[in-house]
Amino acid sequence: MSAPVISLRGVSTRFGSNWVHQGVDLDVPAGEVVSLVGGSGSGKTTLLRQMVGLLTPTEGEVRLFDEPLFAGNREVQRQRRRRFAMCFQGGALFSAFTVYENIAFPLREAGIATEDEIRELVALKLAMVELLPSHAALMPAELSGGMIKRVALARALALEPELLLLDEPTAGLDPTRSASFVALIRDLQQQLGLTVVLVTHDLDTLAALSSKVAVLAERRILAFDTLEAVMRIEHPFIQEFFLSERSARALTRGQGA
Amino acid sequence: MADAIRVPELRQTDGRLCPSGDWTLLALGPHVARLRRELAAAPAAAWDLSSLTRLDSFGALLLWRAWGGRQPAQLVLPEAFAPQFDRLAASDGAPVPRRPPFGPVDALAALGAVALGLVAHLGDFLALIGRLTLDCLHLLLRPRHWPLKEFSANLFKVGVKAMPVSALVGFLIGVVLSYLSALQLKAFGADIFIVNILGLGIIRELGPVLVSVLVAGRSGSAMTAQLGVMRVTEEVDALTVMGISNYVRLVLPKVMALSVAMPLLVLWTSGVALVGGMLSAELQLGLSYGFFIETLPKVVPPANLFIALGKGAVFGVLIALVACHFGLRVKPNTESLSANTTASVVTSITLVILVDAVFAIATRSIGVPV
Repeated sequence: MSAPVISLRGVSTRFGSNWVHQGVDLDVPAGEVVSLVGGSGSGKTTLLRQMVGLLTPTEGEVRLFDEPLFAGNREVQRQRRRRFAMCFQGGALFSAFTVYENIAFPLREAGIATEDEIRELVALKLAMVELLPSHAALMPAELSGGMIKRVALARALALEPELLLLDEPTAGLDPTRSASFVALIRDLQQQLGLTVVLVTHDLDTLAALSSKVAVLAERRILAFDTLEAVMRIEHPFIQEFFLSERSARALTRGQGA
Repeated sequence: MADAIRVPELRQTDGRLCPSGDWTLLALGPHVARLRRELAAAPAAAWDLSSLTRLDSFGALLLWRAWGGRQPAQLVLPEAFAPQFDRLAASDGAPVPRRPPFGPVDALAALGAVALGLVAHLGDFLALIGRLTLDCLHLLLRPRHWPLKEFSANLFKVGVKAMPVSALVGFLIGVVLSYLSALQLKAFGADIFIVNILGLGIIRELGPVLVSVLVAGRSGSAMTAQLGVMRVTEEVDALTVMGISNYVRLVLPKVMALSVAMPLLVLWTSGVALVGGMLSAELQLGLSYGFFIETLPKVVPPANLFIALGKGAVFGVLIALVACHFGLRVKPNTESLSANTTASVVTSITLVILVDAVFAIATRSIGVPV
């Protein structure tokens, strides 16, 4: 059993006088797809941002690949950061760059591949997220919501990460696109053996993607297990979240997909 | 996952080429130059990938290019790595289109685009003034719809908050101008003319232009950036959908605020500059404060003050209009925001100096003692 990819120990977060998390413990094993769920304002995105070091927890420790995120010198940190990638909710594509330049940017910064190789790698990534080569010349402002998500995913995959963090991967997509995007992430995860952590509100996405579910409520991780096991837990929030009639329909739909 | 990286190698064993170790972007980093050379020198032979521990698409691409874009005839390929090459084969037929090189025709087109862009700018600017005028006429009959709250907020932002910096700059300019003039005047024994020079120079010319440059840099850029970000975040569109005129809510308060604030700032800055000049004149030439204050109204006719206030109001309107014009042209990307903010400041300063020249010619017979 190798060490967990992400390990949170006693993570507490305070905004002003308001404690968002208190003593969050979570171990994400390699190769799992973990969904982080919870009500609005339960600090799911905050936790995700703490995992990648965009926010520092008030207390507690975040370890990635069995090392503290900020351990080592600049070069060691840079190497560690290249092992994971994040897709932001709004895509966060560089608006002054074309799609091609957006995907090529991390590769150029890494300084390993030649310009010709980058060209082929970009074509490969575009094909992986099911975009056409002709889309490479477009600017982010010219893309639809679904295409932005795909380009963001392609950019995240550019440096061959082992860990992928997704913030609301299907928010703002219509059900068809959402389903196809979920299928895409699932295929890529299986082919590349990625570890994925995603934050989602969408039960279809949750049921279709996740191998494990972490429920964030009452400022801590209430449960961390497979979807079936989590749904059996007797807790008002979990019952409300998963077992209402609407949720049940969505879950059946997602698992069937 | 956390296990150590195995160094990627390329070995030849009994006529077969065996890449081994981790062929991933991370692991290849320090060895890529050497492996590229070895791959280029590799003979066309049988390949055996069974001793590879990891392979990602970059590693696969290196091999794929060494193979000349197809799988070699004799290849031992473990099941796990096959999809990498399938994907490469699939994307190989559809390369990303290259951008065509920049030719003379493109240069001509770029030139034409600049010319047409200039015409479009003029048209848009005229349209902005037209819309604003129409909206003002519309508001004449509806006094309750004037955006007074926004006006007052803008007045505070562009006027009151600009007072410290304009006072500082004005004071220093006054001191420097007085000091330099005093050196020359002393040589001719024309000490008392320092009042004429400072009075006319600062009140009529330097005050309004100085404040305009400051305000264009300080408030004009802020207005463009604010409107620009509102375009990017679709706030401007939200206003339109609510049936609220962008021009009334966003442009008009800014124009009104600057047209009021600018003359006041001109008055304030010129006053402080004169105080600076007076101080310096006393120290340098021994000219008493009483004499300075007494002489000033005699040598500077009051018409100059009115010209200065008029200039201030006109420059204020110009700066606000230019700032709003560029702000509303921002496209939803960062490059456009920065380009428009730069253009806004440069254009308003240039325009102010041009209009100042027109003022100078138009008022050449007013308020200048002969």
